[in-house]
Amino acid sequence: MARNRPERFRAVVAGVSTGGVEALKLVLGALSKDFPLPVMVVAHISQEADNGLALLLDDLCGIRVKEADELEEVAAGTVYLAPPNYHLQVERDATLSLSVDPPVRFARPSVDVLFESAADAFGPALIGVVMTGAGSDGSNGLKRIKEAGGVTVVQDPATAEAASMPKSAIETVSPDYIVQLSGIAPLLVRLAWL
Amino acid sequence: MPDEELFDIEMRLLLHGVRQVYGYDFTDYSEASIKRRITQWLASSGYANLSHAQAVILRDQAAFESLLRGITVNVSDMFRDPAFFRAIREQVVPHLKTYPFVKIWHAGCASGEEAYSLAILLEEEGLKGHFRMYATDINNEVLQKAREGIYPLKEMQRYTKNYQSAGGRGSFSDYYSARYDHAIMMKSLREQIVFASHNLATDADFGEMHLILCRNVLIYFKPTLKERVLRLFDSCLLPGGFLCLGLKETLDGRRIAPDYGEVAQRMRIYRKSYGQE
Repeated sequence: MARNRPERFRAVVAGVSTGGVEALKLVLGALSKDFPLPVMVVAHISQEADNGLALLLDDLCGIRVKEADELEEVAAGTVYLAPPNYHLQVERDATLSLSVDPPVRFARPSVDVLFESAADAFGPALIGVVMTGAGSDGSNGLKRIKEAGGVTVVQDPATAEAASMPKSAIETVSPDYIVQLSGIAPLLVRLAWL
Repeated sequence: MPDEELFDIEMRLLLHGVRQVYGYDFTDYSEASIKRRITQWLASSGYANLSHAQAVILRDQAAFESLLRGITVNVSDMFRDPAFFRAIREQVVPHLKTYPFVKIWHAGCASGEEAYSLAILLEEEGLKGHFRMYATDINNEVLQKAREGIYPLKEMQRYTKNYQSAGGRGSFSDYYSARYDHAIMMKSLREQIVFASHNLATDADFGEMHLILCRNVLIYFKPTLKERVLRLFDSCLLPGGFLCLGLKETLDGRRIAPDYGEVAQRMRIYRKSYGQE
């Protein structure tokens, strides 16, 4: 008999930089509105593109995609994108919060900031994903997710438009899964229902 | 017990201790943000851990003030979100001009960038000498910077661009003088602003205001504190007055919301109704 609700995991967090829009189209595009977990995403994109990426992805994906609002309680089957120029964080009561603190490793929003707060909020019930990008944002955050008992996933750098971010993550963490881009969504679906 | 969990316990103990000893209440601040700031402060403080720091902080005012500076430091830009300042210019200023004298409260002004931006805008719109701005912050160190009005010269290029996109009518360089690698804001701007210490979490209001600006401050507060601060703003805002929040802050679902209408779409500029009487 099918369960209505997953037990092992409560949330997914993902980070992308260079090449991220195409990667997100592919990964989020393969998730349906029945995806049983909330997904929080930091994408390094230009500051002016207010809400544009969320609208584009929402049109394209089965799963609902929106820009994160402050105080929002995360819900299954929804992707929350960090607003341009704000850090996105998860509080312990699984609500979202934003901050305009200085960039971390040159990035705001920062993948590390999202991942570290989500690791505090969800502990072992968290899946962290680092995908294509330049730089090393996300490595420290992914390490924290692993230390808290969560599952870590990194895109195979060979399939990434920019390899340094996933490479850095692999060197920092030795992740549980290294998968090609097209394999990320199926893996998330499989893990999500555990 | 893992260090992370110990840190969280120590952080809560510290914040409760600080509240009882010094009256500063950070227990209603967003935990994720304050944890990042305390982590950073601790790394630069030289203490081995938060328990060591706490023993000193609760007994030594100077140590507390160092922590206070670390966890309340906010940063801003001149004409941050140019579209917002353009909306102020086009949709709020015409109303302000109908009053003989305008009182403005800029809450959480940090080092003053937005206060000077607003002062420049009002001066260009002919309100020079017809307004007073009370710019307040909890952090006395950044307030002192705001009072001095001295900013790194290298930022001016970016600020000039913001100023222009915000509908600036003149030349941004007319508002400061360059000295070595710094820019000093014009004295005439500084004279219209009163910089003062104020703690939104515990202090009372400032009297009757026509415009309240508080941007990207409430995002650091938990809902209870957010409600308290919005009620505080509401209590000193005159009917027909304006409340300006950050672009990702809304009145949606807040208790004071029914009395306010959004003036500029998505700019988070709200106007208080004149009420039924």
